[in-house]
Amino acid sequence: MLKIEAVLQPSKLDAVKDALLEAGIEGMTILEARGHGRQKGHTEFYRGREYTVDLLPKVKIELVVTDEMKEKALQAIIGAARTGRIGDGKIFVSRVEEAIRIRNDERGETAL
Amino acid sequence: MHCRSLKLFFLFVFLGLPTLSLAQSAASNPASQAPATQAQIATLQQAVSDARMAGDNAWMLMSAALVLLMTGPGLALFYGGLVRKKNILGTMMQSFAMMGLVTILWAVVGYSLAFGHGNAFIGGFEHLFLRGVGLTPNTDYAATIPEQTYMIYQLMFAIITPALITGAFAERMKFSAMAVFLSLWSLLVYSPMAHMVWGVGGLLNASGGHIPSLDFAGGTVVHITSGVSALVTCIYLGKRAGYPQNNFPPHSMVLSFIGACLLWVGWFGFNAGSALGSGPLATSAFINTHFAAAAAALGWTVAEWIHNGKPTALGAISGAVAGLVAITPASGYVQPFSALAIGLIAGAFCSFMVFEVKSRLGYDDSLDAFGVHGAGGTLGALLTGLFATSTINAAFGKDAHGNAIPTGAIDGHWGQLASQAAGVGIAWSISIVGTLVLLFAVDKVIGLRVSPEEESAGLDLSQHGEEGYDLNS
Repeated sequence: MLKIEAVLQPSKLDAVKDALLEAGIEGMTILEARGHGRQKGHTEFYRGREYTVDLLPKVKIELVVTDEMKEKALQAIIGAARTGRIGDGKIFVSRVEEAIRIRNDERGETAL
Repeated sequence: MHCRSLKLFFLFVFLGLPTLSLAQSAASNPASQAPATQAQIATLQQAVSDARMAGDNAWMLMSAALVLLMTGPGLALFYGGLVRKKNILGTMMQSFAMMGLVTILWAVVGYSLAFGHGNAFIGGFEHLFLRGVGLTPNTDYAATIPEQTYMIYQLMFAIITPALITGAFAERMKFSAMAVFLSLWSLLVYSPMAHMVWGVGGLLNASGGHIPSLDFAGGTVVHITSGVSALVTCIYLGKRAGYPQNNFPPHSMVLSFIGACLLWVGWFGFNAGSALGSGPLATSAFINTHFAAAAAALGWTVAEWIHNGKPTALGAISGAVAGLVAITPASGYVQPFSALAIGLIAGAFCSFMVFEVKSRLGYDDSLDAFGVHGAGGTLGALLTGLFATSTINAAFGKDAHGNAIPTGAIDGHWGQLASQAAGVGIAWSISIVGTLVLLFAVDKVIGLRVSPEEESAGLDLSQHGEEGYDLNS
């Protein structure tokens, strides 16, 4: 089982969610985040002074999938989120040790 | 004019027709008709006086409500939005506390100290617990409204003045210390200043004071005292932790925007209500208030656009407030286009105070109480001496020939600028001295500033055990 964490532009959230659903992935967690990569922040003014805001709003999607679904999931995310410009985001994939369905204690891939 | 001729017409009808019929019956039976005539005239006089009171009192009660609205929620929102999220309740509570505390103090002794008979500097105790303040007019102040209306109207000014100071020490003063400090300030700085400018026998009173100073609605009494006291307090207390290295932008410009608009509308009660009646002078003050706010918003916006390249919402609303502050002393004395000029100048000047002077001198006047109220009030008080004209308000009465005595410089009375400067000087002095003494005293007994941990946790949690926003609940 693999965990896919994708940090995205907030405006791409709907497109990515729809693409994942279409790919057959039904479970995901969405978090509001702030951050930046090489994308520079923007400047704001307060009382005549200019300052840089480098904590930019982001959206993070987390999903856990079976090894077989990995490529399909990644392609769904990348296809929906890519614009070709700096700030598109990043995806990280890591291994998951255990997954449990709380309702009935199912474990492993059947819990996904 | 239409209203006046209508009133005259009705007076003529009321007095003329009965008098004609009386004249006829008097001709037939003179002795029995005379007391009836007296009685009828007395009834009519009462009716006329009731009619005048009705219009004036309605406007004055409305104005009192508008001025209270300026504090709660106007100022509470305006200041609240400008601070960090963790301090929103603490900030709003400071204004709200004034609404409660000052009311009680005013009723017990504040009104008496400000408007009772005393000397040139302070009133007395004749109206302790509002003794003698009833529902009949006090002709020293306002002849067509009950004195209680006058008292409650003035109370709203007494409430907002210390609330304005809270902007300077935002995010770092203990609630308990603030309550004590500002309560004492209200009695020891506000009441004396109000007495000097507006009280019977006051040193700076435009009618009969030793140095007749023109302050229609409180440029010196409210804005200079609060603004200068704010400066003294923020210097005494010291800067917020992390200032100026870190930027502390407003957590909600939306709240500040709403607050500023409430201030603008409420200010009609503040200035036009200071006409103490609903006649043409109230109209003048109303228009001047609005024109100055609009011009100043423009002035600050243009100054900022040039300075930064973009006009900010904060700049626009701050500009409007600066204009409202500056027109406050002038509102019932100047022509509308003078009001526009005062507004434009105030917007540009106050933006300069906030952008350049504050950062150069390094004091942490967190919400620009001094930059807008202290500086704007000083500017407005001086410009009042320039632009005041007897064509709007013959404040100094008429001379032996029945001509209105010149009021300001544009009437030819350049000496008024000196009187205005004196009023400004006295306001600055009493504010600096009074505030320093009180800060020192309260600091020694209670301690003014929150601890570094409390400041970091925020006033909401540390002072009130509450959170302003619990959006996840």
